[in-house]
Amino acid sequence: MSIRRRIIIVVSGFAAFAVAVMIWAPTVGSTPISLARAFDRSIAWDDNVDAQIFFVARLPRVLAGGLVGATLAAAGVVLQALLRNPLATPFTLGVSAGASLGAMLAVTMRLELSVLGVTSIPLASFAGSMIATGIVYALASSQRRGLSTNVLLLAGVTLNAFFSALILFVQYLADFAEALRAIRWMMGGLDVASYFPIVAALPFIIISFAAFAMMTRTLNLLSVGAEAAASRGVEIVRAQRLAFISASLATGAAVSLGGPIGFIGIIVPHLVRLLVGSDHRIVLPASALFGAAFLVLCDLAARTLMSPLEIPVGVVTALIGGPFFLWLLVKRS
Amino acid sequence: MNLFRLLPFALRRLPFAFCLFAAALSAQAPPKRIVSLVPNVTEILFAIGAGPQVVAVSNYDVEPPEVRSLPTVGALIDPDTEKILSLRPDLVITYGSQTDLQGQLTRASIPFFDYRHGGLDHIMVTMRALGARTGHAEQAERVARALQASIDAVKARVAGKPRPRTLLVFGREPGSLRNIYASAGRGFLHDMLVAAGGQDVLSDIDKESAQVSTEMILARKPDVILELNAATRLNEADLKAVVDPWLTLSSVPAVRNKRVIILTGPGMTVPGPRVIDGIEKMATALHP
Repeated sequence: MSIRRRIIIVVSGFAAFAVAVMIWAPTVGSTPISLARAFDRSIAWDDNVDAQIFFVARLPRVLAGGLVGATLAAAGVVLQALLRNPLATPFTLGVSAGASLGAMLAVTMRLELSVLGVTSIPLASFAGSMIATGIVYALASSQRRGLSTNVLLLAGVTLNAFFSALILFVQYLADFAEALRAIRWMMGGLDVASYFPIVAALPFIIISFAAFAMMTRTLNLLSVGAEAAASRGVEIVRAQRLAFISASLATGAAVSLGGPIGFIGIIVPHLVRLLVGSDHRIVLPASALFGAAFLVLCDLAARTLMSPLEIPVGVVTALIGGPFFLWLLVKRS
Repeated sequence: MNLFRLLPFALRRLPFAFCLFAAALSAQAPPKRIVSLVPNVTEILFAIGAGPQVVAVSNYDVEPPEVRSLPTVGALIDPDTEKILSLRPDLVITYGSQTDLQGQLTRASIPFFDYRHGGLDHIMVTMRALGARTGHAEQAERVARALQASIDAVKARVAGKPRPRTLLVFGREPGSLRNIYASAGRGFLHDMLVAAGGQDVLSDIDKESAQVSTEMILARKPDVILELNAATRLNEADLKAVVDPWLTLSSVPAVRNKRVIILTGPGMTVPGPRVIDGIEKMATALHP
């Protein structure tokens, strides 16, 4: 079977699964609704509870879950190849800590601004993630002419720890209710109840995915090693730069939409690699599709399992992801 | 033989017995130097006439105005034990979860009053207990009775009126409907709502508060949404900005009938003497 055929078959299989999940997910929830009523245009919108549950409460939530899941999984794949480290996640290089610090500051400083329907906390978290990315990038590219992945990794991990300390400090100074709200944000949440935040995150994610799509071959070579890649004509520095910036941009946008939802960026790529091998031309799109389906299913569990209470979606992904990750570690060693 | 076996047990109980003895001793003389780490209890102390005995308060104390000139000694999670000890208090008001501090106070033989938030009735219970403890039993009894009487008056006023199904929101992400927190089936906010003649739409959830999704709000269809806002006053533009996000849920009766009501005032959520203001505001909002 030619590689092209294999890509088409495998990716369309994953796509079918993702689409099926995304169609099914909004039909179930903590409240039974009548789909016939939800799609009945003859009932006035203001009177149609079923339609509002479907279109206001569930559909944006499923779309946000799909977008965030796809983005985090794909960014995980890119960073694992870039850093040649199977334990890398979209949050390894400080993006999520920067985002969390931004959100934390927005909560404690009671920022109340809104740009095109996007409110202060997503805005501040996106700004925070971009600042963190900028710092890590500047550090990693300052020493040599190129971009040192070692420095990238170390700077990212250190910045994560440093920002976490700042977060704790701000949290300590904050009021009780504010600290609680910021902590809740860090557990992730997809009940966006509006399409604006999704639309706002979309351009950044589309740009990043376009960059991902262009570099699947490069990622194959990079994951073998920089020298090997260079000998095959890859412009290493340019490729690394593109991979780092696009992955960080995508992660920043996803985190500003759904909060720092953990483990998606590591479980999904590994699971997909177990299923389809390690060719990034397949792993990248398959991970994005599987990530979308996986997060939507996790959120489905989050909103129904303990109904009428909700479980924060980041808790669900971590409860599933933690044991899986350990199993992976044991299996690898 | 049996006696010898009992000895270690008796010895272990000795410190406990000593504490009881110390507590009994201190109960005889009313405290002269009280340190309060719980803002709403500070308000209660001043209301029952024990204000002059208060020598220090928590970092978050602002009411009554007299406390603003008092030294502060940390708060719930970061009490400044050294400073507390240096003030030589003869009674410290602690919150139930401050077990480390309570241990330190016990070792320093400083008596403490262990407070925990409860329902609405617990405010009166606390008033009487503090009255007995601080030598103001009579005034505390008077204040507790008066507060109970004004709560009962509100209850009587709303009795027999239809109780609107109400969602009592006390926090959400500004400008959106994300991370909405509401009062659930128990605790003093729930009790306030019931006293004010409302029916809590989350009364089946046996917690003090719950995070509610938009789906749950749409499904539960509250007649009224009461939202607590810490601002002292909101101008028209601010009020619109606060209410606007709710308009998304236009099928909810509260939204459709314009009964999303923002209750302002920082004292709304303080379980102390000011609680009656909050209940009055809620009752006026629910039964205009």
